[in-house]
Amino acid sequence: MKIIVCIKQVPAKDAPLSISGNWIKESDIGFEMNEPDSYALEEALRLKEKHGGEVVALSMGPERVKQTIKEALAKGADRGIHISDDQFAQLDPLSAARTLAEALRKENADLILTGLQSDDHGFGQTGVLVATLLDLPHATIIMQIEVQEKKMRLKRELEAGWFQHIECPLPAVLSIQSGINKVRYATLKGIMAAKKKEIASMTRESLGVKSEPTQKIEKIYVPTKTKKTEFLTGTPAEMATKLVEKLKFDARVI
Amino acid sequence: MKILVITEQRQGKWNNTSFETLVAAQQIAADTGSAISALVIGKGVANFAEDLASKNIAEILLLEHDLLEAYTPDGYSLALSQVIGSSKPDLVLFPHTYQVRDFAPKLAAMMGKGMIADCVSFHKEGDKVVFVRQMFQGKTVADVTFQGASPWFGSFQSGAFRADLLKAHPSGKAPINKIAVELKPEQIRTKPLELFKEAKSSVDLTQAPVIVSIGRGIKAPENIPQAEALAKAIGGEMAASRPICDEGWLPMERQIGSSGQTVAPKLYLALGISGAIQHVVGMKGARTIVAINKDQNAPIFEIADYGIVGDIFEIMPALTAALEKAKT
Repeated sequence: MKIIVCIKQVPAKDAPLSISGNWIKESDIGFEMNEPDSYALEEALRLKEKHGGEVVALSMGPERVKQTIKEALAKGADRGIHISDDQFAQLDPLSAARTLAEALRKENADLILTGLQSDDHGFGQTGVLVATLLDLPHATIIMQIEVQEKKMRLKRELEAGWFQHIECPLPAVLSIQSGINKVRYATLKGIMAAKKKEIASMTRESLGVKSEPTQKIEKIYVPTKTKKTEFLTGTPAEMATKLVEKLKFDARVI
Repeated sequence: MKILVITEQRQGKWNNTSFETLVAAQQIAADTGSAISALVIGKGVANFAEDLASKNIAEILLLEHDLLEAYTPDGYSLALSQVIGSSKPDLVLFPHTYQVRDFAPKLAAMMGKGMIADCVSFHKEGDKVVFVRQMFQGKTVADVTFQGASPWFGSFQSGAFRADLLKAHPSGKAPINKIAVELKPEQIRTKPLELFKEAKSSVDLTQAPVIVSIGRGIKAPENIPQAEALAKAIGGEMAASRPICDEGWLPMERQIGSSGQTVAPKLYLALGISGAIQHVVGMKGARTIVAINKDQNAPIFEIADYGIVGDIFEIMPALTAALEKAKT
């Protein structure tokens, strides 16, 4: 099976965010693999272990995203594709998907996986859009994949503890739900092997993608709080006593 | 402006977030002098259209077809693109449900348009409607505008608007108009099978008046007994954010969030929970929220009534002791 995983590099979870216009200041912060995508990558690696084939890690962004591709290679992906784009953070979901779709089109993958959403933009649309642009069937919020010949039996998650089984033909695009598996760490052996693996480079222009933006982030800001939070101070024992008092006499919930 | 709201129901029941989206539509309509249509899609769903006819909506569209009886992304996208092509709304709104996430971006993209999804509010700037959505897992929000010609597609987050604010029809009933679409079986590529529940459901968190919930800050399953002792002292049920349940440290039925339970208890105690969107969506309706987290910038503090910036491993035992003391 040829499986391509779309992986995004995002600001590290604990990175202090410094808002600058309609994005954040990228200098002085760390970046990491988008956690939802790491579940997609892990699922791809498991499918390869079971069915044979190849796992390709695809990522779009500035030069720094190569680090995340290398991490995917160290975990077991066979090769990488880097779509170089410094303005990547400004792309609306459809424009970003159009670029990814062009890179994916020539690859003729059996299966394309994405995470559910990114921890920075959080659009949650990439998988569905890529499927639409490539005219492939898709399913989202997937918790289990069973490959049978030219089709799959999938477990899809719904709200409130409900699930659904679906049959989906191959090739297809799936967006993977977090918790579908336990993500592996890269081994030292894998890190060494990654150095020899190929990362192909291309740009949005070289892919011939032209796209008008469909939406625009005007500005980003810290939300004005509608709720007034009362912060308690003191030693743990003092704060605990104060809190119990407030819950008992002010809020009257205990 | 013409606004079209796509409502959702499953297995004979409304997804109530449909009403929240109708409230959002009514507010946008009031601000922009627009008319609202609401659409019911499926098969054998005329009663849902009747439910909507008593509301302040200009027109109810009833879209039924054999191939729409069970939800599929192909079926819904192909059917709705025909409806949008013929009725030409400017703004198409959805509740941001798991089903909408599965087909709405496809529907928009089929028409060459983009979708602004999971919005928490909107406001007007001049004659433009600006949609607000969260970014960076709730740490910031963003003002987003549509670019280019309509139709425009947007969805609203569960709980962003209050369903009980839905205005009734002022004079009588809205007309219900049936629409026909063309669909062929070979166009529908995925085959939906049975829906099922997995969790034992030995506890119904939606009925618990007090909930003590743990997040990643609990660090290891060996630490959970401290939270359980606190839950016992305060008379609460244990719950958790998704990562805890994914790890198997607590059963899936204890999960609160978009994939788990949505609760509105008297008291919600969030221990070591950062406040990511997927979790908050499941508990922001709680009457009183107490958050304890060592990160003062954790988004959970945005919605907390009481906050303690501190180490949960110091606070949990202190709180348990204070609660025991208060009982005597």
